[in-house]
Amino acid sequence: MSKQEIVLNVNGIDYELKVNVTATLVDVLREEIGLTGTKVMCNEGACGTCTVLINGTPALSCMMLAVDGEGKEIQTIEGLADQETGELHPIQKTFVERSGMQCGVCTPGMILTAKALIDENPEPSEGEVREALSGNLCRCGNYQRITECVLTSAENLKNRSTK
Amino acid sequence: MAQLGHFAPQSLKEAVSLLREHGGKAEVIAGGTDLLMRMKKGETPPDLFINIGEIKGLDYIQYDDKDGLRIGARTSIFSIVNSSLIKEKFGVIAHAAATLGTPTIRRQATIGGNLCNAAPSADMAPPLIVLGAQLKIKGSNGQKGMPVEDFFTGPGQTRLNRNEILTEIQIPNPMPNSNAVYLKQTRSRGADLAIVGVATMAVMDGEVIKDVKISLGAVAPTPIRARKAEEILKGKRPDDNLLDACGESALLESSPIDDVRSSAAYRKKLIKILVKRAIKKVTESEE
Repeated sequence: MSKQEIVLNVNGIDYELKVNVTATLVDVLREEIGLTGTKVMCNEGACGTCTVLINGTPALSCMMLAVDGEGKEIQTIEGLADQETGELHPIQKTFVERSGMQCGVCTPGMILTAKALIDENPEPSEGEVREALSGNLCRCGNYQRITECVLTSAENLKNRSTK
Repeated sequence: MAQLGHFAPQSLKEAVSLLREHGGKAEVIAGGTDLLMRMKKGETPPDLFINIGEIKGLDYIQYDDKDGLRIGARTSIFSIVNSSLIKEKFGVIAHAAATLGTPTIRRQATIGGNLCNAAPSADMAPPLIVLGAQLKIKGSNGQKGMPVEDFFTGPGQTRLNRNEILTEIQIPNPMPNSNAVYLKQTRSRGADLAIVGVATMAVMDGEVIKDVKISLGAVAPTPIRARKAEEILKGKRPDDNLLDACGESALLESSPIDDVRSSAAYRKKLIKILVKRAIKKVTESEE
């Protein structure tokens, strides 16, 4: 198996890596870089758990080659909080305050997908939230609260930006 | 032999020459959602991945009144779903795209990839076939065209030569007084491959079917066109007996198998039901 030298920009940091050409992005994030916030569940593109943001838009990191992440801005759940103060992102805060997670495995993918949604559509309807998250499975079945958290987060972010 | 690695050429010309140089050992990767899936299921990875994501001019949706719609092969399914132009003028294409995968898969997956992966259940194939879409293919010997209908040769197999790349999908303007639909049956309401997918297009002359096309997915080794079923309808007024005969004919033109998604027996029932339903939808006058 031949290796390729690449530089991956993850959460604003450049990582110089030597990876298997066939390695998926999620495997490199978790095993090579050590960012285990990104979870893997189905590992075949069906559950949304491994979602990361690539140049701001959601991507399934189990369904892309790590080498194809080169030259792009990759954001994982670890990159969402304020990198200097450690203060959680408003969406993360809402998930904590309003019990947006139970076991927590789907949570990083849910939050990043929600962030991309709110960035694109700051005032989503409940239907739009459910549609945007329809590829993110929560096997605890916490969809009601997750949906409420995303709607509340959108409102909080809107209020914050108009302050 | 050692693995050769991964290239992201900047131009189509470079991509084609890499393909020619490495023969059958190289594979084009676009969104990667199908190729990675095949590797995860145990398929040997190619020696060389050629990522076409860096090539400019493969990701576009263009329209003009005369020639119709042109979609770059690297265009994401997401862009197709969200194109107001496609939604308005080629609704069946937008609808079929919206049934493919999850929202995030649709951002990664591409229309060219859906066709080149050549799954019998490929959602984009039946609607493109009934709209008479053509493919533009670039190879080391220049360019060629081919109807989508003739593109597939078997599961995962197409007429694309090893040194060729699909570059564009061309969809002519719909005929006046025509209507098209894509009906897809899945196991659940969520993202899934089709158990059976049916696209129909009909041109009506009052209550009479002037022209009609029927294409089915997931019922044979490739997406197919049910020509005999079409002939039954042409020049007729649709009624229950006619639609039953049409559904029966479509069934005879299919060769469904048992797989993880459905038994062949259930597929056979679905073919008749969905074909009838899809013909009804495109032949009933809109109130």
